[in-house]
Amino acid sequence: MALRSLICRKTLGLASSSGFKLQFRGLQTFSLPDLSYDYGALEPAISGEIMQIHHQKHHQTYITNYNMALEQLHHAIEKGDSSAVVKLQSAIKFNGGGHINHSIFWKSLSPVCEGGGESPHGSLGWAIDEHYGSLDALIQKMSTEGAALQGSGWVWLGLDKESKKLVVETTVNQDPLVTKGPLVPLLGIDVWEHAYYLQVKLFSKTIWSLCDAYFSFLCDGRTM
Amino acid sequence: MVAAVAAAAVTTANPLTCSLFPSQGLRGTTSGLQWTKRQCTRKASALTVTAKFELKPPPYPMDALEPHMSKDTFEYHWGKHHRAYVNNLNKQIEGTELDDTLLDDAVLITYNKGDPLPAFNNAAQAWNHEFFWESMKPGGGGKPSGQLLQLIERDFATQFGSGWAWLVYKANRLDVGNAVNPCPSEEDKKLVIIKSPNAVNPLVWDYYPLLTVDVWEHAYYVDFQNRRPDYISTFMEKLVSWDAVSARLEVAMARAAEREIEEARKRKEEEEGNFTDKEPAEIFIDGVADDSETD
Repeated sequence: MALRSLICRKTLGLASSSGFKLQFRGLQTFSLPDLSYDYGALEPAISGEIMQIHHQKHHQTYITNYNMALEQLHHAIEKGDSSAVVKLQSAIKFNGGGHINHSIFWKSLSPVCEGGGESPHGSLGWAIDEHYGSLDALIQKMSTEGAALQGSGWVWLGLDKESKKLVVETTVNQDPLVTKGPLVPLLGIDVWEHAYYLQVKLFSKTIWSLCDAYFSFLCDGRTM
Repeated sequence: MVAAVAAAAVTTANPLTCSLFPSQGLRGTTSGLQWTKRQCTRKASALTVTAKFELKPPPYPMDALEPHMSKDTFEYHWGKHHRAYVNNLNKQIEGTELDDTLLDDAVLITYNKGDPLPAFNNAAQAWNHEFFWESMKPGGGGKPSGQLLQLIERDFATQFGSGWAWLVYKANRLDVGNAVNPCPSEEDKKLVIIKSPNAVNPLVWDYYPLLTVDVWEHAYYVDFQNRRPDYISTFMEKLVSWDAVSARLEVAMARAAEREIEEARKRKEEEEGNFTDKEPAEIFIDGVADDSETD
């Protein structure tokens, strides 16, 4: 018992930086990852107010509910309660997906002073030109796909592991990109209204144009 | 539960169109309500007549729901979102057969039995938003609360992207598609709370909508940010127009009763027709078709 506690404490120390903790039962819990920039660092494209609420409220809520669902799943599996296991799947998909997607999202953004806004170079830049003709064409495609999405969801630039090609995809609600196939997410854009709605007054355009403006800011080679 | 059916005139309608609801005169007394279908305004030019759906103003001023729903929210919600749905719908239907339909029918036609046509999103959202404004009133809310509030808060607080929460009158409809209940009973006629994603509304399931809450984030984000449960409880406690709900329920029950009578009459006609008909109806026993025919 003492040895197991010792191992777990050591494991806790190693694991804490990657955002999850191992408890003695072997059940993982997840925690809110830090941003590598200040909330206000992306202004004027995205306001500090939006960033803070988005990170501290929305993302945190997904993590909280994801942890709860995982704990309930753990108990259901232990009891052999298949109905409960199946019933929990939608909560796991929604909240776990929310955590996955937002973790990618924060890394998809970067302040201008840290390289945000620079055009993609190297193999990624070459691949974009090869598949879409130009960065502008890719931005246009992602903007169009995002604006066309009805309701809540995400727009993605991904890499198809099998065909080795870049793809632009959308997912609904909090479905992660992996639900669409053997795709690796390179860039994810949150198209839920919470991602931009508090800035709606800054734009005199319709909400659909707001999406375009939002995408332009984000897709502007920011972290590619 | 509402007892007697109102004495107001109820227009008989195409069975597909099950939503009759009052015009903008909701502020009057129940007995003074006129029941009309949604009208589209017709604009006649010298050569052609086109019917365009109009963006009706809400039945109260934009700031009338403050402080529970801000004027800012209302102006954007009605003036940008709702307006965009109506304008885009009109563009989509121009020159098509939908150019000459009522909005309720446009919703059902474009739903296309579950394989929605491009215009469905705009048609349904136009319908939903108009219904939503009419589901609220200044000084609204209050009773009945309690269990209804708890059920709505429980079902809609979390785990839901963009969509709508509904209180509907479910007459003798089964939960599967549009199947008719083979054993209808009084207990099947009940109020149900349901949710629908994105633009979908319960007309497509042949339910009678009584009340709706818009739970798209744009409906509450300026006032409540991520606090959807607070928005929903504020809606229930301070905004909902129970007059509108009651009036809609009376109409729904009357329509359901009419439809029952009509369906019973048709069944009887079919049965009577079968006695005189030379060919009997096919009876399937244990999955094997019995093709017996008389001479």
